[in-house]
Amino acid sequence: MSETPRQSLDVDIVCVGFGPAVGGFLTTLSGELTDEQGMPRLESHAMPGMPLQILCYERADDLGFGVSGVVTRGHALRTSFPDLETADIPLAHAVTQEDILYLQDPVGASRRGLGLRTVDSLLRAIRPVLPYADHALRLPYIPGFLRKEGGLVLSIGQFNQWVASRLMSTGLVQLWPGTPVAGPLIDGNAVVGVRLVDQGTDRHGQPAAGYMPGMDIRGALTVVGDGPVGPVGRQLDAHFGLPPGHHQREWAVGMKMVVDLSPDCELVPGTVLHTLGYPEPEIFGFVYVHADRVASIGIFVPSWLDSPVRCGYRYLQHWMQHPALWRHLQGGTLRSWGARTLQESGMRGEPYLVGDGYARIGEGSGTTNVLTGSGVDEAWATGVQLAEAVVELLQAGAPLSRQNLEKTYVERRRGSWVETEARRAINARNGFQRGFLTGLAGMGVTGLTRGALGLADRSQPVHSRVPTPEEFFRGKLTPADVLRVRQEAATRGEPLHDALMQRAGWPQVQYDGKLLLSQQDAMLLGGKVQAPAGYADHVVFVDPSLCERCDNRLCIEACSGQAILPGDEDSPPRFERDKCVHCGACVWNCTRARSSGEERTNIEFQAGAGGLHSAEN
Amino acid sequence: MNQGFHIAVCGSLVPDPLQTLEPIAGPQGPALKNEMMLPAVLDPWASHALYEAAHLARQDGESRIWLVSIGPRARLQQLMMSIAQKAVFELVACDGPAGGFTDAAEVARVLADTVAAIPELDPQRLLLFGGCASASRDAGATLQMTGERLGITEQFLNVDELTVQEGVLRIKERIEGGRYLVSACDGPPAVVGWATGMLPEPPNNPQIGMQNMRSIMPALQRAKSVTLEAPELTFESVTVPQQRRDTRIVKDTPTDEIAAELVQWLREDS
Repeated sequence: MSETPRQSLDVDIVCVGFGPAVGGFLTTLSGELTDEQGMPRLESHAMPGMPLQILCYERADDLGFGVSGVVTRGHALRTSFPDLETADIPLAHAVTQEDILYLQDPVGASRRGLGLRTVDSLLRAIRPVLPYADHALRLPYIPGFLRKEGGLVLSIGQFNQWVASRLMSTGLVQLWPGTPVAGPLIDGNAVVGVRLVDQGTDRHGQPAAGYMPGMDIRGALTVVGDGPVGPVGRQLDAHFGLPPGHHQREWAVGMKMVVDLSPDCELVPGTVLHTLGYPEPEIFGFVYVHADRVASIGIFVPSWLDSPVRCGYRYLQHWMQHPALWRHLQGGTLRSWGARTLQESGMRGEPYLVGDGYARIGEGSGTTNVLTGSGVDEAWATGVQLAEAVVELLQAGAPLSRQNLEKTYVERRRGSWVETEARRAINARNGFQRGFLTGLAGMGVTGLTRGALGLADRSQPVHSRVPTPEEFFRGKLTPADVLRVRQEAATRGEPLHDALMQRAGWPQVQYDGKLLLSQQDAMLLGGKVQAPAGYADHVVFVDPSLCERCDNRLCIEACSGQAILPGDEDSPPRFERDKCVHCGACVWNCTRARSSGEERTNIEFQAGAGGLHSAEN
Repeated sequence: MNQGFHIAVCGSLVPDPLQTLEPIAGPQGPALKNEMMLPAVLDPWASHALYEAAHLARQDGESRIWLVSIGPRARLQQLMMSIAQKAVFELVACDGPAGGFTDAAEVARVLADTVAAIPELDPQRLLLFGGCASASRDAGATLQMTGERLGITEQFLNVDELTVQEGVLRIKERIEGGRYLVSACDGPPAVVGWATGMLPEPPNNPQIGMQNMRSIMPALQRAKSVTLEAPELTFESVTVPQQRRDTRIVKDTPTDEIAAELVQWLREDS
């Protein structure tokens, strides 16, 4: 049988991932490619005589699938679009009202330390004189660093589609959804392009019917904007390492729903509610109200919630039923659901931003600011900065080398507000590694002193800080209770979290068929998850023997789509690709480090097709 | 002597069938709630027609394929990003409505006029391809009427296979009882309304995408604006098919057991 040849395509610039960062890059770049008469300003080196050839590959089946709702100050967005009208972007609305709610525990199952229990008792005692209702305190003051006054609530899915539509109408760039990129092409220490994933393979990546090797796309510049768990960014990190002193030890899974609110709901468009304190103190939540009685609601489950059963979906259901929220949400109907990983290490997790032939922008490059709770604006800004740098270099006829990109892109970034605010935020979350109250205090001090004061970083790799169920539920459940649950779950082939949480006092969720749904129904009704045939499994258990010996399989509990399930006895977990939402939480929820001694875990999250099919998230 | 076929594939966008569709009364008549926010795909029946056309065209090297689409230009543009990597074609775009509440005869009129106006298309070599039905307007009549307006009398609907033997088209049409009607047709012009065909969805091929995009973007910019007027058409009511959901994830169930459960469910439902 003759071997199917791998094809190759030469372009000028290849971008990986279509999110806000690459949106900012392409929007800025496309504005500089032609003159007033529409004639090309920059000629292609890959195809002489043609305009610059710029391609962008997006993993998801369409542009805008599988991302997130946000509230953003929108500084960078408004700089790029001075005439931006929210009416032009579906689900966009100006922020009209902001509140922070501290949620107390109305069911008595939350894990609260002595300090927090004392605070809770005090609040209950003096609640008549406080803005307190429905087991929640509305904070009378929102620190300036958290406020989004004058900002926007957006569906990033709809925003990305709007940006893509503008880009495509220029005819100057090509955006290709449904095309996962397997990894970078590295030649020595230079990145010379990317390789697309093989198609027509079995689940192990072996050639099958219709096999087509992934094409090599070679370009002078590879723009890496594939997010926090993108395969290109992660492979670059593995190859080049992180700069000295940098590490990526803070993650979160953001899980959200888009909801049609009931006609009785009194929330007005543009309302932004932030919550903290429940269902576990470490879990933050949000409600963003769009026009036409639609809201984005959700929670962030951080890596410093040291629970071996941190199941985002279960927590989301308890969170939305908190009386202070349920009074708004009751009677609502699910429209869309999804989850994604957030890289929350900020500047401390920043990789090498440039090298010969490549540059990194957006969340995977450490732009998320955990002090201001902002990421989209920063990601967009870095895309703009890179585009300005590239235009400068191309106009000067200079190569897109590490040195030149340092002088242009990195210097722009270092001199911008993105960097200034990132430096202020660098120690903002350190306290949360030690406890909720310490974390809040540390964040407040860092924010109010504009980063001058903060707690020291004493973080440890995520996989090394997760207790076993026996340790976590000590005091609530005996080891014998946990063992019984383990045995029952193993017999049924189910995760542990539902049984353990219920025994620990969390009430059973009573499904209403509208908003309170089983996890599988949320995935099917809200996520519309798809997995096209002919691709390899993208979740790989690197060393199966490590999994076989693992007694703390958080990858199963934390899986947003229940795609990772207990396997046969003494086997690695089972991965069901048709349920994967590509959130990437398995990567940092694996509790076993690779034997190579790095901080990487035993799960590899590779490029994969399919996932969420909703553009409203 | 076969100089290749001139294949005009009629097809446009429909809401991604995975989405929740809710009809509402809009200012211009019925519409789908949040339709502009719903992701769109190429009508699945038309997709099969396009893939079959590409397969046919690959066999002689002289055939040409035009994809004739009526839809909002911005949405067509986005749709092209999903399908332009799969098959080589030239786009002929009409900027107009693509919802499920348009009059099939009006759609047929615009399609026929558009196909007839393609400058390099030879009517004697024309194969008019499309879905035998449409996911958005399941009248099952649009393609037939388009063919009639173009004066094509050889019409085949619910087609699953087309082969060419010495210039003769051998066509398998679905008929009642799960059986096929096999016809021989001397050659084009002919109308072929595809059912599901026999071909899988082609993989994404970036080189095909690059090739297509050079003609697609200019075609979108040239898209003529069309209106589909049918003032006499009224809708008394609009509903989506009843859906009953009872989700269970059960692994390794024997096929006989699944079949028995389906039969029981159908009996209960009838």
